[in-house]
Amino acid sequence: MTGAGAGAPSVVACPNGPLIVRGDVEIRDERGELLDPHRRTVALCRCGASAIRPFCDGSHKLTGFRTVRPEREPAVVYDELTRLEPGPRGRR
Amino acid sequence: MTISAPVPVRTGERWPMRLPEPRGEVSGLVIERLRGDVASALDPAVAAAAVRRSADLLDDDDVQLALFLLYELHYGGLDGVDDALEWEPEVLAFRRELERGYEAALRALIPQPHATRDVPEALFALVEAADDGPGLSSWVETDATAEQVREVMVHRSIYTLKEADPHSWAIPRLHGRAKSALVEIQADEYGGGRPERLHAEIFAKTMRELDLDDRYGAYADHVPALVYASMNLMSLLGLQRRLRGAIAGHLAAYEMTSSIPCRAYANGFRRLGLGDEAADYFDEHVEADAVHEQLAARDLAGALADDEPDLADDILFGASACLTVDGRLWASVRAAFEAGGSALRKPLDEARP
Ligand code: FES
Ligand SMILES: [Fe+2]
Ligand SMILES: [Fe+2]
Repeated sequence: MTGAGAGAPSVVACPNGPLIVRGDVEIRDERGELLDPHRRTVALCRCGASAIRPFCDGSHKLTGFRTVRPEREPAVVYDELTRLEPGPRGRR
Repeated sequence: MTISAPVPVRTGERWPMRLPEPRGEVSGLVIERLRGDVASALDPAVAAAAVRRSADLLDDDDVQLALFLLYELHYGGLDGVDDALEWEPEVLAFRRELERGYEAALRALIPQPHATRDVPEALFALVEAADDGPGLSSWVETDATAEQVREVMVHRSIYTLKEADPHSWAIPRLHGRAKSALVEIQADEYGGGRPERLHAEIFAKTMRELDLDDRYGAYADHVPALVYASMNLMSLLGLQRRLRGAIAGHLAAYEMTSSIPCRAYANGFRRLGLGDEAADYFDEHVEADAVHEQLAARDLAGALADDEPDLADDILFGASACLTVDGRLWASVRAAFEAGGSALRKPLDEARP
């Protein structure tokens, strides 16, 4: 996903996700105001669901945004546990 | 371009951390040895026996605290402790027994995942599948009291005041695209050249906004074992080259489960009347981790699996370990809050002098 020189912009489309933009680019909002991206590498929303457009905020995962057709077979399989049961589940 | 105003980072005051209270035989022995009260006391057989005895190593206060303190020699150090102990064979031999036990417990607890196609796709599927428990962030968004929010910050402080550090151990162990991706992420974590934007410093500011002590380890006696289990997992994977795949996978899972919860945290802070300065840490992570998620899954983990296909399983193991250990931690905090209680071992007002 690299190859661009220091200032040469590059845009990479992530499957089912945002556009990753690197390099020397100006980003303006709908009214033409220059935006401060706060970082060198930015993710631009292409699903339309972000609350911080034009930047991505991860919402594409909640809306089920797809750019590639889902495969029939699962992407990950697990070994059977031999001993213990996993503890209580939760998340951040 | 503007030059940012210098901000005082009171390093001398905030590190090294003070030694905490022991939580049992093993941590007691480690604290005595680190303090220099005894010359040579760390018998690896004692560590091995403690591991064998433990019914639940993840939630074992004594073992997890002991391991945390031994790892801390590699980070900010410990107040009053000889820095040379970091590489003292006796100390390392003792730690190795605790590490062996912890790794074995994790391998027994976590079903080994395998990618059927490519590793990034497997990571996205794995993270989605783990997203089924009650989230602490949704509690903070809609229900938490101001005091519970302070508790959440205290729980997070052991890792977040040194945010990103355990994953940095992997930098010299990676090459090419994977190394470049990791450094790209870490540069952002470390503020992109602006010390006041170090994520750990933004977090410290949030602690001060909430009238919490931002010195490292200020709440070392308050936090439960699972906080140390979460921190120790990162050190275990980060400090061993053998496990470089797992630390890369850990970072990927961490970044992939951050943006959406951080938005919920920011919303919760504002619901409680906290302002932009207090919510800054979470606002920053909504945006930053939406980028990091892609970089970590595709450019770091994906490239590493391309370069070293034998590491694919370890990458997914590290991701699963992150989701399992952190999931258990945050579920236990939420459960305590839902029951109307505290998730800490002692009240927050009993801070150190
Ligand atoms: S592409 Fe990520 S929120 Fe739209
Ligand atoms: Fe961060
Ligand atoms: Fe991040």
